[in-house]
Amino acid sequence: MNDGNATLATPDMEGLKPGFTEPVFEAQEAFRTVLNTLSYAGRVHTLATELDPPAPLDPATAAMALTLFDFDTPVWLDATIQGGAAPDFLRFHCGAPLVAAAGEARFAMIADPSNMPPLDRFAIGEDRYPDRSATLLIQVPALTGGPGMTWCGPGIDGEITVAIAGLPTDFWAQWADNHALYPLGVDVIFAAGRALVGLPRGIQVEG
Amino acid sequence: MYVAVKGGERAILNSHKLITETRRGDGAVPEVSVRQIGEQLGLAVDRVMTEGSVYDRELAALAIKQAQGDLVEAIFLLRAYRTTLPRFAVSEPIDTAKMLVRRRISAAYKDIPGGQVLGPTYDYTHRLLDFALAAEDGVGLPEAPVADAPLDDGMPHVADILDHEGLIEEERPDGDGAEVFDLTREPMSFPAGRDQRLQNLARGDEGFVLALGYSTQRGYGGNHPFAGEIRMGEVSVEIVPEELGFAIDIGDVVISECHMINQFEGSKEKPPQFTRGYGLSFGHNERKVMAMALVDRALRAREMGETAMYPAQDEEFVLYHADNVEAAGFVSHLKLPHYVDFQAELNLIRKLRQEHQDRLEKEAAE
Amino acid sequence: MNMRAKATPRPQPARARWMSILARATSGELEAAWERLEERPRYAVLRRPETGLVMVRGRAGGTGDPFNFGEMTVTRCAVRLADGTVGHCYAAGRDKRKAELAAVFDALMQSAGDARIEETVIAPLARRQVAERERVSRKAAATKVDFFTMVRGDNPG
Repeated sequence: MNDGNATLATPDMEGLKPGFTEPVFEAQEAFRTVLNTLSYAGRVHTLATELDPPAPLDPATAAMALTLFDFDTPVWLDATIQGGAAPDFLRFHCGAPLVAAAGEARFAMIADPSNMPPLDRFAIGEDRYPDRSATLLIQVPALTGGPGMTWCGPGIDGEITVAIAGLPTDFWAQWADNHALYPLGVDVIFAAGRALVGLPRGIQVEG
Repeated sequence: MYVAVKGGERAILNSHKLITETRRGDGAVPEVSVRQIGEQLGLAVDRVMTEGSVYDRELAALAIKQAQGDLVEAIFLLRAYRTTLPRFAVSEPIDTAKMLVRRRISAAYKDIPGGQVLGPTYDYTHRLLDFALAAEDGVGLPEAPVADAPLDDGMPHVADILDHEGLIEEERPDGDGAEVFDLTREPMSFPAGRDQRLQNLARGDEGFVLALGYSTQRGYGGNHPFAGEIRMGEVSVEIVPEELGFAIDIGDVVISECHMINQFEGSKEKPPQFTRGYGLSFGHNERKVMAMALVDRALRAREMGETAMYPAQDEEFVLYHADNVEAAGFVSHLKLPHYVDFQAELNLIRKLRQEHQDRLEKEAAE
Repeated sequence: MNMRAKATPRPQPARARWMSILARATSGELEAAWERLEERPRYAVLRRPETGLVMVRGRAGGTGDPFNFGEMTVTRCAVRLADGTVGHCYAAGRDKRKAELAAVFDALMQSAGDARIEETVIAPLARRQVAERERVSRKAAATKVDFFTMVRGDNPG
């Protein structure tokens, strides 16, 4: 997409997939799960969602979008997600503006992590308002089975080993730079299938 | 500081029941309906919508009923309710020149295209209590005369069409496309832009804004104002929903608008010229928009290169104190138990008095 | 922060016109129009009617830079006809039934047979709305001041 809403063309409403069946309760459940995910970094949390989202979104990724995105949250999508029916799905169900510049987004959705932009392309917040930063929803092939990393920080009793699969090789080097910005920096939630793992900016990760 | 205390649940519950009964009043008198409030106390509804910052006549009328006519409480109720609703869109800026005019006057120019239209106003009434309204059988169904022809379609603003010499400052967008400040999303910040000031004043307490506007007229602001134009009527609201991508018109809102024209002596850069202040409110709320326009102009002191000497020119003072939900909240919090703080203060005063006494006795002894 | 790319509107004047007429209709009017339809189409509700807010913007001085003035309630709904046509409504206020019916009529207007809907639903609504605006304006016009020049006391005759 070359600018803001230029891809609006003709939204494909005919093929539009439904959102939550019970918006209030499903959004509450997903919100609680996201909170837990960020409170207990590294633990796998699973959603009971029945969502059947448009490709390439997994149910957990789509549930987070339906829960967290709205008119006030500019959203950046990676090329894989932009290509399919997901943009119309998000516009319709969330009313969220889709932005072309990664730095303007409050949320980013990434379904092809191997080609994701570097973390420093996203908003890290301001000294007075560290909350004005981006939260990255990164959909990965699996939350286990990747290279094992040692996580420690708030919400982790001592340390925990997490093995997220499908990340670019320099992801953890970039993460070290992001962590060093604390209290600024981006937050990450990894998703696969119906499961989530949170990686807030305060978490230190070592190989 | 206050200390949390527990207890009094039963007293609180019974107090709720007592206020419910008190609000209903004498059961022999028919209960007032929300529709009656909306139709017959319309100006109270307009004030609550403006300061509650939500245009919805039914909700504002309900808030007035629930608050037993306490408008500041009703404004609080409406503000609280709005936080439960999602925001769907931000409108395109309303075009007040395309208003369906119900009232439009200018005190600066007599002959204006479209004419001076008095509309529904109490301005020319005698302010004598009308006991006919108190009669048992009411006023019936009064009907106003209907002219043969409607007003001209679309009425441009007076100052824009009659100032051929450029003696009045023009209002044009500066075109930088900067993000528009939104008090409902961001904390107040200083120095404030005019967008932040106007939003704050539009939501601001009518009494506070009126008193400040009055102060500028009495010399605490140094502007000699003319009511360039005051108008009231319906304007349409347009949005561009994300999923549609084209502009649609979602309905009309009634608004009041005031252009105040003020003398300006000029500065090193600018020749003497009339400058403007602007007021805008939901519904019919003329006193508010006039006062708002006076204060808007006073707050432009910095950009005009004027020395800010008076309260109405001091943006931190004005903006921090204009909101009656905040003001009422902070004043009212003094009703919360401060028992422990006060005990500590009593002990301190006792100690200071003892020291004072000891000093006097010591001096007397010497 | 809240930065956003500027929306690029693609005007659809015909559809925008009937959507605005439907948004100004009452639920009673739309209900009656719905009952009058010879065959009432089946439709799926794509988005249940929901109420939210629109932030209304004004301009400083009426023509200058925009500012956020205050919000208004608005109710929206989206439906899909059996032929796949999707209808939308965004209407001021909190009337959910009205939003749903307005969305259905928006869909009907887009699909075939719109001439009949235009004639039997949209045009009568538009006429009523125009007449009401005219009545408001004529009442205001009755309060227009006719200035006349006073004869000065020292003028002869």
